[in-house]
Amino acid sequence: MSDFVEGLIYLVENSDEVLYHFRGHLELVVVAELAALAFAIPASILAVRHDRIKKVVLGLGNVGQTIPTLAILALALPLLGLGFWPSILGLWAYAILPIIVNTVKGIENVDEEMVEAARGMGMTDWEILRSIQLPLALPVIFAGVRTSIVLVIGTAYLAMFIGGPGLGVMVVGGIQAYDWAQVIAGAIPGALLAIGADLSLSRIERYLGGDGGIDDTTVAA
Amino acid sequence: MLSSVHNWLAYVDFAVEHSDRLLVATLEHIEIIAFAIAIAVPIGVGLGFLITFDDRLATAVIWLAGVMMTVPSIALFGLLIPYFGIGAPSVIVALVLYTQLPVIRNTYVGLNDVDPAALEAGEAMGMTRLQLLRRVQLPIALPVIMAGVRNAVVILIGIATIGAFIGAGGLGDLLFDGISYVRTEMIVVTTVILSLLALAVDYAFSISEQLFRLNNGEQVESSATMRLLQRVIS
Amino acid sequence: MITFEHVTKQYADGTVAIEDVSFTVEEGTTTVLVGPSGCGKTTTMKLVNRLEDPTEGTVYRDGTPLSEFDRIDLRRNTGYVIQEIGLFDHMTVGENIATVPRLNGWDEDEIDARIDELLELMDLPPESYREQHPPELSGGQRQRVGVARALASDPDVLLMDEPFGALDPITRESLQDEFLKIQAELDTTILFVTHSIDEALKMGDRIAIFDVGEVVQYDTPQAILDEPKNEFVEDFIGSDRPLKKLKVTQVEDVMSPPTEEVATAGGVADATAPVQSDGGSTVSPLEPTDTALSALSRLVASEDGRLPVVEDGDVVGTVSDEDIRRSNAGDKP
Ligand SMILES: Nc1ncnc2c1ncn2[C@@H]1O[C@H](COP(=O)(O)OP(=O)(O)OP(=O)(O)O)[C@@H](O)[C@H]1O
Ligand SMILES: [Mg+2]
Repeated sequence: MSDFVEGLIYLVENSDEVLYHFRGHLELVVVAELAALAFAIPASILAVRHDRIKKVVLGLGNVGQTIPTLAILALALPLLGLGFWPSILGLWAYAILPIIVNTVKGIENVDEEMVEAARGMGMTDWEILRSIQLPLALPVIFAGVRTSIVLVIGTAYLAMFIGGPGLGVMVVGGIQAYDWAQVIAGAIPGALLAIGADLSLSRIERYLGGDGGIDDTTVAA
Repeated sequence: MLSSVHNWLAYVDFAVEHSDRLLVATLEHIEIIAFAIAIAVPIGVGLGFLITFDDRLATAVIWLAGVMMTVPSIALFGLLIPYFGIGAPSVIVALVLYTQLPVIRNTYVGLNDVDPAALEAGEAMGMTRLQLLRRVQLPIALPVIMAGVRNAVVILIGIATIGAFIGAGGLGDLLFDGISYVRTEMIVVTTVILSLLALAVDYAFSISEQLFRLNNGEQVESSATMRLLQRVIS
Repeated sequence: MITFEHVTKQYADGTVAIEDVSFTVEEGTTTVLVGPSGCGKTTTMKLVNRLEDPTEGTVYRDGTPLSEFDRIDLRRNTGYVIQEIGLFDHMTVGENIATVPRLNGWDEDEIDARIDELLELMDLPPESYREQHPPELSGGQRQRVGVARALASDPDVLLMDEPFGALDPITRESLQDEFLKIQAELDTTILFVTHSIDEALKMGDRIAIFDVGEVVQYDTPQAILDEPKNEFVEDFIGSDRPLKKLKVTQVEDVMSPPTEEVATAGGVADATAPVQSDGGSTVSPLEPTDTALSALSRLVASEDGRLPVVEDGDVVGTVSDEDIRRSNAGDKP
């Protein structure tokens, strides 16, 4: 227990250092997640429209989930080298998976009869997508976004291994230096961030009409 | 085009050249996971069973296991090292914690999935609590529990790689070496092995899950493998 | 024999399911509990195999209070067809039926033989049904398996909670007839729940009519039809009480002694021969055990005002619509 208390003391005494790494962590998460959203949503819509793209995308999604987060970051290294942007590439690649899978499934699960009815009323495919399918799929899509965010918060700890910023710098550095107080001080904010993000996002998800449950295949990072 | 063919060959070369090390690391990886699963499943199934007696406890336990799962693994290792030291023990404890959600939840769901009328019928026929569990609830829950373990194992294969950083060994070692020495072949080959390992485990578990279901007389979309297995078994 | 003595059951949430209920089910007879939904029929059943215990009063089995029995033993010796059937979907039909014999430690050979015997009895050929799983069966077939499972270890007492509910009228009718036959062969004490008065009149040696939480009348079908205790019972029987009465009355109870007229004019040989009904098909002559209702329907269809009643080739009486009317009014000839 004393290690934990020492960690808390370290956290308070070195709040500047912790805050600096916390900001680095957040930057990774925000940039990677926004980039993932910007790519994943249009890609999913394209996938829903074209069967062949859908098959490829869902297949990649399934295989992608079997690739460890560490491996994805490691793969970014030979492509872009060390630093912030390679970290973003790795995080982005992992973040898009749950969003795409959920968006495609969410849109596909919209009642076929409703789509038929809309078509009967003379809506174009685009109008159907915008005013029927997307709104109805929203809770499911949001569940994917939530999983993605929690996953990226965790995975961002690993960015340090390819020269990225974030709380991983404190934890990994602490482990290398056998400085347990520093390790704990670096672990606590990230754990709280992940838990807090998940809980608040699950609340929003429930507000949107989803179940707010946990998708246990993708959350752990 | 030529260079990609060239790369492809480089990966194969690497795999052949380092087959010994890859094999050892893969076995180590499997060993850690088998160890964690051997500890985690009895705990998770036990907890899943216990919470069937109290709905509020069930909600709390499942919630807690879910929160557990959102804690980043490096952070969790960091929190555990002071107590369990550097190396495999800390990693295994973390892996056990990460598997609790799928195992507990699926056990709980599986045990509760039994038609209440069937439970009442069993009770009315004079089954004891234990007989009811063994003859009615468990056979129906088993495939669901299997699915939970299957998810758990796939998750563990990924997380265990990070454990290499605190000295637990396994395929993570090769990823870290690949990063340190910027060796693309090493990273790619290891990644492929990890992914194949996960896919293989996933497949094996889904087959055994289907066998359990078939045994219960459920309708299963039978794959070619299933039909083959059925023929072998019967 | 099952005896309820001033039994009250209040559930934990405060619901009083039954209050001060007393009645006795004689050895080897069938008692039907009938009443509207939620009146406590299922609760009464569950008190018999101690799925529930009374809050007040005592239930006896052959004179011994149930509290002196071991729950598990008691249940293994009491067949129970629960309202929702509750078959084990993960087991085959055969395994379902084998459940209690297995719990009781029978030999596998004995169990096998018993499964086949019961499936035959239920008109489900073992070779095609034994290995099936319940979800593959129709509703009626599932009900039969439920009954077979309850009969498996040859229990002294059989509890049947709406065993033929959720069936179409034709299937129900035929299952009822089959079960009446089976029941005549078995020597089991049966408690049978239904909310259909017609089924109660048909299946029961005695009927307990439930209003919410209490037994308002406990009597033979005949007596209930003859003298409904109050308005509730009368309403429950319905406005076609006279017709229902004819259904539970046998021809031998209403017929007049054989008259000269029938014996001479038609001649015995003639009277016992199959007669042409108006549809042209042949029907066998009336027997003493036929219902008064079927006698009436033949009278309506025939040109004669009086039909012979035949038993083993002898005319044992005659019946006219006057006889039937008289019996329905209450005074027997
Ligand atoms: N376990 C229980 N806990 C609380 N109340 C119960 C319980 N079981 C039954 N009841 C209540 O007791 C009353 C009698 O229920 P019971 O099931 O005995 O009725 P029933 O006559 O079998 O009805 P139905 O014809 O619908 O099957 C009902 O008001 C019911 O809601
Ligand atoms: Mg009932």
